[in-house]
Amino acid sequence: MLRIEHVRKSFGDKVVLDDISLDIAAHEVVCLIGASGSGKSTLLRCINLLEPIDDGAIWLDGVDIAEPGLSADPVRRRVGMVFQSYNLFPHMTVLRNITLAPVKVLRRSKADARSAAIELLGRFGLADKADAYPDQLSGGQQQRVAIVRALAMQPEIMLLDEVTAALDPVLVGEVLSVIRDMRDLGMTMVLATHEMGFAKEIADTVCFLQNGRILEQGPPEQMFTTPQHPETQDFLERVIASGRL
Amino acid sequence: MTETRRAAFDRRQRRRSALVAAISTVLVVAVLVVLVPLAPGWDRVRAAFFDVDEFRSALPKLWKPFLLNIRIFVICTPLIMVVGMLVALARNVRSPALYPLRLFATLYTDVVRGVPVILWISLIGLGVPGLFQERAWYSKGIVWGSVALVMCYSAYVAEVFRSGIIGIHESQRAAARSLGLSSGQSMRSVVLPQAVRRVVPPLMNDVVSLQKDVALLSVIGAVEALRRANVIVAKTFNFTALVAAAVLFLCVSIPLTRLADHLLVRQIRRSSGTAVR
Repeated sequence: MLRIEHVRKSFGDKVVLDDISLDIAAHEVVCLIGASGSGKSTLLRCINLLEPIDDGAIWLDGVDIAEPGLSADPVRRRVGMVFQSYNLFPHMTVLRNITLAPVKVLRRSKADARSAAIELLGRFGLADKADAYPDQLSGGQQQRVAIVRALAMQPEIMLLDEVTAALDPVLVGEVLSVIRDMRDLGMTMVLATHEMGFAKEIADTVCFLQNGRILEQGPPEQMFTTPQHPETQDFLERVIASGRL
Repeated sequence: MTETRRAAFDRRQRRRSALVAAISTVLVVAVLVVLVPLAPGWDRVRAAFFDVDEFRSALPKLWKPFLLNIRIFVICTPLIMVVGMLVALARNVRSPALYPLRLFATLYTDVVRGVPVILWISLIGLGVPGLFQERAWYSKGIVWGSVALVMCYSAYVAEVFRSGIIGIHESQRAAARSLGLSSGQSMRSVVLPQAVRRVVPPLMNDVVSLQKDVALLSVIGAVEALRRANVIVAKTFNFTALVAAAVLFLCVSIPLTRLADHLLVRQIRRSSGTAVR
């Protein structure tokens, strides 16, 4: 359903995405792994058109959404994004955070959006937080709200950008379990993550990025046990040495 | 409950600080009270500026003109906020078709802020009424003087709003846009509410300043408190009326200043946690 073809992107002289190609099927979960600065986040931001790509194409159901000049808003409605730093709107309650886009963008009635939001909150164990403000929540709760906020738009794909990187180990668990739930619901997802154990468990495909290139990709069993590329081996060895796998 | 070591220490410190502050204040005031009357011209100055009888007779005469100051202030403030916000937004438009708007807004803030307020009031307050023949309400100098005041202050206020808008982190906009909100919707629902809240203290600063600058309308003959005080001075050859006018201004500006200060402190406390000693 999503096909990335020969995508290139530079910031000034620095090449951040160098000829990236990737196919993502419906209901597939793809994990992007690699060191910081390898291009994982930029790739996600490009898919959501928060960053324009320099060259290549991004096909979403047969439409090239990277076509320069195409309006980004309809695409973003179909592609949900969750950020490392949550980015909740601090001046709104949890409920308003979640209902804002359905009401303004999808023109749902306030009552409809409310009941849908409350149902989603309930499903992810946040029912009692509807009227709280973001700064009254723990990091894990904030990130779960951010996920619910993206889900409320009923996206076809979810992009998750290192969503657990700002959380302590205890809180990581609750966010990961939300992601597991999403997979069980059949959500198509692309995750940039440093949680190797989780990537191994949840991914259908793991991509190893370095210097803006996908050096190797494959099913997690193969990627984590018998990586082919020496750079992947090196990266995973270092991850294992630091006790993260 | 018994007092903790920390609380006991804090209490002793607070008492000590209060004592030191009180002593040093008393000393400074005492020095002023003793030294100023020693100046050779003090008796003359006291008679000219601090004549109790003159003060008593001037204050009631100034009261009505001062209400005009307050009226102008109360009418101008909301207009300034609206125009200032519009100019700030115009400076932020990205659409090429609206480029002239952006250019105009930038020029507006530059040119308006580049000329002294008192000069704008003279130019517009005296110049524009000359365009009209009849004696309609819109041909009065005071109306156009107020327009000049709104024009000047909205340029300053626009910059305050703009700094607030720029100060909202890009990630908030990214989050809003990623949900499919248009750039206008993101601005309205996400950026502006946060930006406005953040700039309330500096806005209050401008409001306090406006309250006093209404007196500048006296240069075009508006009979407000300062003008009236000057008339009294010309009649009595005694400057006490000016002091009386100053007292009236203080009656409004001190509460406003305190309010601004209170808002600022509250905001700092909210955004940065406990103060560092």
